[in-house]
Amino acid sequence: MIAAGSGDPQGDAQVRRAARWGADDLTVRYGARLALDRVGLEVPDGGITAVVGGDGAGKTTLLRALAGAVRPAGGGVRRPPTARVGYVSAGPAVYRDLTVHENLAFSGGAYGLGGERLSRRAAGLLERTGLLAARGRLGGQLSGGMRQKLALAMALLHEPDLLVLDEPTTGVDPVSRTELWRLLAQAAAAGAAVVLATVYLDEAARAAGVLVLDEGRTLLQGPPGELVARTPGTLLDAPARPDGAAAQGWASWRRGSRWRLWSPDRSAPGAGTEPVAPDLEDAVIVASLARRRPRELEEAAA
Amino acid sequence: MSAPLLSATGATRRFGSLLAVEGVDLEVRAGEVVGLLGANGAGKTTLIRMLLGLLRPSAGEVRLLGEPPSRRTRARLGYLPQGLGLYEDLTVAENLAFTAEAFGGRLEGPLPDPELEAVRGELVADLPLGLRRRLAFAAALGHRPELLVLDEPTSGVDALGRARLWDAIRSAAEGSGEPPGGAPVNREAGAGVLVTTHSMGEAEQCDRLVVMAAGRVVASGTADGIIGDASTVAVRAPRWEDAFAACEAAGLPVALVGTELRVPAAQPGRVREALLAAGVRAEVTLTRATLEEAFVLLAGRAAA
Repeated sequence: MIAAGSGDPQGDAQVRRAARWGADDLTVRYGARLALDRVGLEVPDGGITAVVGGDGAGKTTLLRALAGAVRPAGGGVRRPPTARVGYVSAGPAVYRDLTVHENLAFSGGAYGLGGERLSRRAAGLLERTGLLAARGRLGGQLSGGMRQKLALAMALLHEPDLLVLDEPTTGVDPVSRTELWRLLAQAAAAGAAVVLATVYLDEAARAAGVLVLDEGRTLLQGPPGELVARTPGTLLDAPARPDGAAAQGWASWRRGSRWRLWSPDRSAPGAGTEPVAPDLEDAVIVASLARRRPRELEEAAA
Repeated sequence: MSAPLLSATGATRRFGSLLAVEGVDLEVRAGEVVGLLGANGAGKTTLIRMLLGLLRPSAGEVRLLGEPPSRRTRARLGYLPQGLGLYEDLTVAENLAFTAEAFGGRLEGPLPDPELEAVRGELVADLPLGLRRRLAFAAALGHRPELLVLDEPTSGVDALGRARLWDAIRSAAEGSGEPPGGAPVNREAGAGVLVTTHSMGEAEQCDRLVVMAAGRVVASGTADGIIGDASTVAVRAPRWEDAFAACEAAGLPVALVGTELRVPAAQPGRVREALLAAGVRAEVTLTRATLEEAFVLLAGRAAA
């Protein structure tokens, strides 16, 4: 099954049909802290799904639950046996004092891979990740982008059904990011279900499906095109913030040197403003505003 | 037009036989937000270190607030490092007092940011990351610097938090509003801002971009100007996997976006040929490149 990125009704129906892997009403607690509050996620085979949110939104907890490393307090996860999962944690996911080749051999051993199959997979992945020339270099001597590619290669060795990656591109430059996404697309094209966490909304917009987390809860979920199309209210672009915009119930934020104005129920507030088509960044800001200040907005609009 | 707050003219830096930065020209003027983009190893960090006066150019010239960088001129700039540069074992108020004193000022009265004021007595180590980032902003902006140098300022921040931080950056550039940790600003010209980032969303917030690759400036101007006439071939197929495999087999640099494929800088005819050869039916259209695609093309050309 493929998640459709377009807003066509057939595609949406495909996305909404439950995928093999995912989470249902997942609740996770760390002591008194509620890290995830009834979160649902579908990770379709043959597609890339993005989990996006700021630090502390619950992305890592959700991915760790999918990898089987976190016990739910409520709800559950649908996941293949651990041997069929590939997991790349955030932060240092390679051994710094082992060479590139040794990292791959070690990881292959952990997944029960050896002999001919390990050599063949390792050689293919070194080629595809562009790490062939660096195979004798120590993990600690690699650049950030190379290290992430090695970590991904280690998780891909055993051809997992479900590939789980925690912020593989944070701090990675656009050139390495493009290369990483090509590797993810190759895995998805071969049928794997791929889910990654990211802090970059423009990156999430490239996934077939997106889950936006906010303080452990679902803020938005669906194909990016559909989330944008569903943005409620009126969104305007303006060169400056009109006087009294807030008093008239308009929320406002900057976009480059210009302003965005949004209201759940008003039309244009005055001259110089133009309706503008939202992008994913706008859609998420609107959803955050609608969640965090429903009363303020109601009062302002009254 | 006012004199630039920050300028590099032919700035060059060698490390032994390695030419890390070569002949870079760059200017930041009051009131503008300039984005500095570059792949890792492009020379951004070396350039920033020269601009801050922490590293001497091997050739060329760097001027900070009209003179060679020094301790005195550095006191008039605010720097937000990627690691935030906070003292974890000091409280919020102690961090702000410490940086204020380092810049020859004093922390007085309640903090303008109510969320920071509410935790002013708490240790930084106990704060969530979002609040830490706001504190780092407050510390960098507290002494009303004339120039701000920000390294990935909104990494790890959610969309609403990012909008708030950009509001603070823009307010500083316009010379309006209050910095999050200090007294209200009242000056004629706003601050100049230099932002280094890997995030294209952040890059698009800037007035002007400077793109570095292999130690040199390879493009500069608005995001729109940098994209210029760079194009990408978009491919829609009933099954994207088939079209993806066909493009890969033909050696095309294909990328997946949603369920669509994009092949930057390719000729549509070449993509059609590759699809035909694999017996894949697909819709092929020529579209404008995104900023990220244009950036990757520039970096690739510089490396070749």
